[in-house]
Amino acid sequence: MNPETTVGPTGANFVDGRLDAKIPPGPIEQKWERHRFEMKLVSPANRRRYTILVVGSGLAGASAAATLGELGYHVKCFSYHDSPRRAHSVAAQGGINAAKNYRNDGDSVFRLFSDTVRGGDFRAREANVYRLAELSLNIIDQCVAQGVPFAREYGGLLDTRSFGGAQVSRTFYARGQTGQQLLLGSYQALERQIALGTVTMDTRTEMLDLVVVNGRARGIVTRDLVTGAVESHAGDAVVLTTGGYSNVFYLSTNAKASNATAIWRAHKRGAFFADPGFTQIHPTCIPASGEHQSKLTLMSESLRNDGRVWVPKEIGDTRPPDQIPDSERDYYLERKYPSYGNLAPRDIASRAAKEVCDEKRGVGPGGRGVYLDFADAIERFGEAAIREKYGNLFDMYERITGDNAYRIPMRIYPAPHYTMGGLWVDYNLMATIPGLFVAGEANFSDHGANRLGASALMQGLADGYFILPYTLADYLAHTRPEGVDTGHPAFRAAQAGIAERVRRLLGINGQRSVDSFHRELGQLLWDYCGMARNDAGLRHALQKIPELRAEFWENVRVLEGSEEVNQSLEQAGRVADFLELAELMCIDAHHRRESCGGHFREESQTPDGEARRDDEHFAYVAAWEYTGMLARPFLHKEPLAFEYVHLTQRSYK
Amino acid sequence: MNFTLRVWRQKNGSDRGRFVIYRAKKISSDMSFLEMLDAVNEELIARGQAPIAFEHDCREGICGACGFMINGVAHGPKRGTTVCQLHMRSFKDGDHLTLEPWRARALPVIKDLIVDRSAFDRIIQAGGFISASTGSAPDANAILVPKPDADLAFDAAACIGCGACVAACPNASAMLFAAAKVSHLGFLPQGQPERYQRVRTIVALMDREMFGSCTNIGECEAVCPKEISLFFIARMNRDLLAATVRGRQASP
Repeated sequence: MNPETTVGPTGANFVDGRLDAKIPPGPIEQKWERHRFEMKLVSPANRRRYTILVVGSGLAGASAAATLGELGYHVKCFSYHDSPRRAHSVAAQGGINAAKNYRNDGDSVFRLFSDTVRGGDFRAREANVYRLAELSLNIIDQCVAQGVPFAREYGGLLDTRSFGGAQVSRTFYARGQTGQQLLLGSYQALERQIALGTVTMDTRTEMLDLVVVNGRARGIVTRDLVTGAVESHAGDAVVLTTGGYSNVFYLSTNAKASNATAIWRAHKRGAFFADPGFTQIHPTCIPASGEHQSKLTLMSESLRNDGRVWVPKEIGDTRPPDQIPDSERDYYLERKYPSYGNLAPRDIASRAAKEVCDEKRGVGPGGRGVYLDFADAIERFGEAAIREKYGNLFDMYERITGDNAYRIPMRIYPAPHYTMGGLWVDYNLMATIPGLFVAGEANFSDHGANRLGASALMQGLADGYFILPYTLADYLAHTRPEGVDTGHPAFRAAQAGIAERVRRLLGINGQRSVDSFHRELGQLLWDYCGMARNDAGLRHALQKIPELRAEFWENVRVLEGSEEVNQSLEQAGRVADFLELAELMCIDAHHRRESCGGHFREESQTPDGEARRDDEHFAYVAAWEYTGMLARPFLHKEPLAFEYVHLTQRSYK
Repeated sequence: MNFTLRVWRQKNGSDRGRFVIYRAKKISSDMSFLEMLDAVNEELIARGQAPIAFEHDCREGICGACGFMINGVAHGPKRGTTVCQLHMRSFKDGDHLTLEPWRARALPVIKDLIVDRSAFDRIIQAGGFISASTGSAPDANAILVPKPDADLAFDAAACIGCGACVAACPNASAMLFAAAKVSHLGFLPQGQPERYQRVRTIVALMDREMFGSCTNIGECEAVCPKEISLFFIARMNRDLLAATVRGRQASP
């Protein structure tokens, strides 16, 4: 069967060399409402004839798969974990934003929208962000109905707290485990659909390639991580919800298995990659303790509600923190940003920490750390109140460092945490390959050049529960259901390609472990494409990365075979893709000669060291097309217009 | 620090498996237990030997992927701690450590220290949810939840599904895991409509999955990395009794 013969209009968003973000017309507060009405529906009787492949089962994937299953589509969901509940969304700590204005403190959909656009330093698409703010209201309702145990006040109403980049209290939370509780909510909804038979779940199954037939995403190739079997799966649409790529830095707050393989494979099959250089370095993580460090642990941003960040005023002051009097401490965030203080956005707080450490005023081993001090809050509210709010975080800190943060201040340092970049999608969350949808952190999304705290959970769930079910339906309604056919030559070719790649990785039998390459790549990126970037450093990295990649393919050692669990082999495939993506990150960071949000180009700063945007030349989304040559991707620009939140230099002073 | 490790090696589900001795040398006390294993694995790879397979992901104690027995104790000697958050400072230089996978008929070994915990997902499928399809929710503050109830629900919901409770139980019962979910949902007003049906279908499923029965020994609570209380098992038993007395809908 030739699928092409039955294809209807696909709603392609890249036509004649031009990107079309498909932003609906009309005033911003009516765009989504009108679009929902104008999109076509699939009648309930026809839905089960469509097969939708959902790759990833974190917040975005589980919520999408569950909701599409509830609607009656035939959904196949894939995860490389042993259970959807392990997805890294589980580790999000602090909370989820919603413009409920339950506090009566001046919040509104418009304010959440405006804070998010400003927080992202004007590099996000206004229409998407507005829709996100709008849907934030429904998300909290949905999660409460599912039984997510959010924090409550004594009257039984929901409690909220403040997060960085906002002057209202709009963050809903479940102690320090908000991500876990939200994920369990969508995981349980997903398991319910699995029991009902609308969703089939393939766990311990990793997507290794995307199959495109006649210009449309029609399936995926996977490897069974237990048996090693390489298999094809066909569907009418493919949804990627596979998270971000901070793990490219090796030391990050991401889980060890977090990877970019699914989105990178899709990129190489024709999906544009947007703003790959936009990475978020989170200001409050536990500093590395030595060479053996395998990952970094985040301490929730919510701690900055009550913790005060400081370093000694004098260089070389090695006294223990309790012996440094207040007058000799520099509460540098409060000093530099009096109106937001310790709640300055992440990019700003991270850079400020780097700055004081570069001045040799950092604390702890190696001088790469600053204090996060709760002494004042404990004196004001009592230890019990602080324990109630952050107990599990203090416990985690003590387990890792051996220090009791109720007595001595925490030591923190920034670490890679989130990637705002990702596959380019239009307003319907469709990539430049028709039929390929991308949701959650995997898309370049709504956060611009810096994501505000408590916005990632919001975006993942907005995409999965409330956006994809509509936009996918519209795509499918224009597409005749194809049934399942993995016999097409495109499937056979992709499958053979993956099998060959596995054989190649196993056949190199060189001298270095996968981990050693990953560490070296991570260090390169951290040094030259981390918190501060410059022309010379990025050029250096762009020379080194291809060398390291070449060495990898000649000298990596992957033992054992492919017919059973082989964790080195899994990791080797992921690191091989990181070695390619890293180059694109540096190319993107190099081409963007402005500073914005988390992307700080040393050449572009204000006299007092803040990021200086260049709206005249860079107010666009950089969408990179794979050309077959990693070093020569083609740049497409989606211009960004700001009609509602006016372009101004960001100020949190 | 130096350690002698006696590690269960099993190539796959059909291999018989055996213990193999390894030396872990020059280990920093600041390493996590898994970082110590990383170091051992790097050495094994350098010598051309297969690394030890163990499951892990977030390394922050929240994803529930990691876990194995250390000297017969699930997740090792430190209370309320997963192996990824257990640091080598909890051990003495020269210690002998025996590492084994979870042992339970319902959790078969896949390789080395990795077991198949998919039975837990099937317990959730049997009723570990509230039927609230997307779009059907009332305003979040329309549902009042007294703070003590919300706190108790949260204590139960903290379960990470690691499987330590089953591994520690002499009967290989999944009662603490199931009770945590039943209680999480049962303490909330949203969970009431399905409260009694949920407990019946979950108990029936656990029997089919070959988990053992609970005889209130309490080993599960002792090893639970989230310190989930036995109280929830007692509460689940009360719900089960009530469900039986009420005779609502026959169990499947």
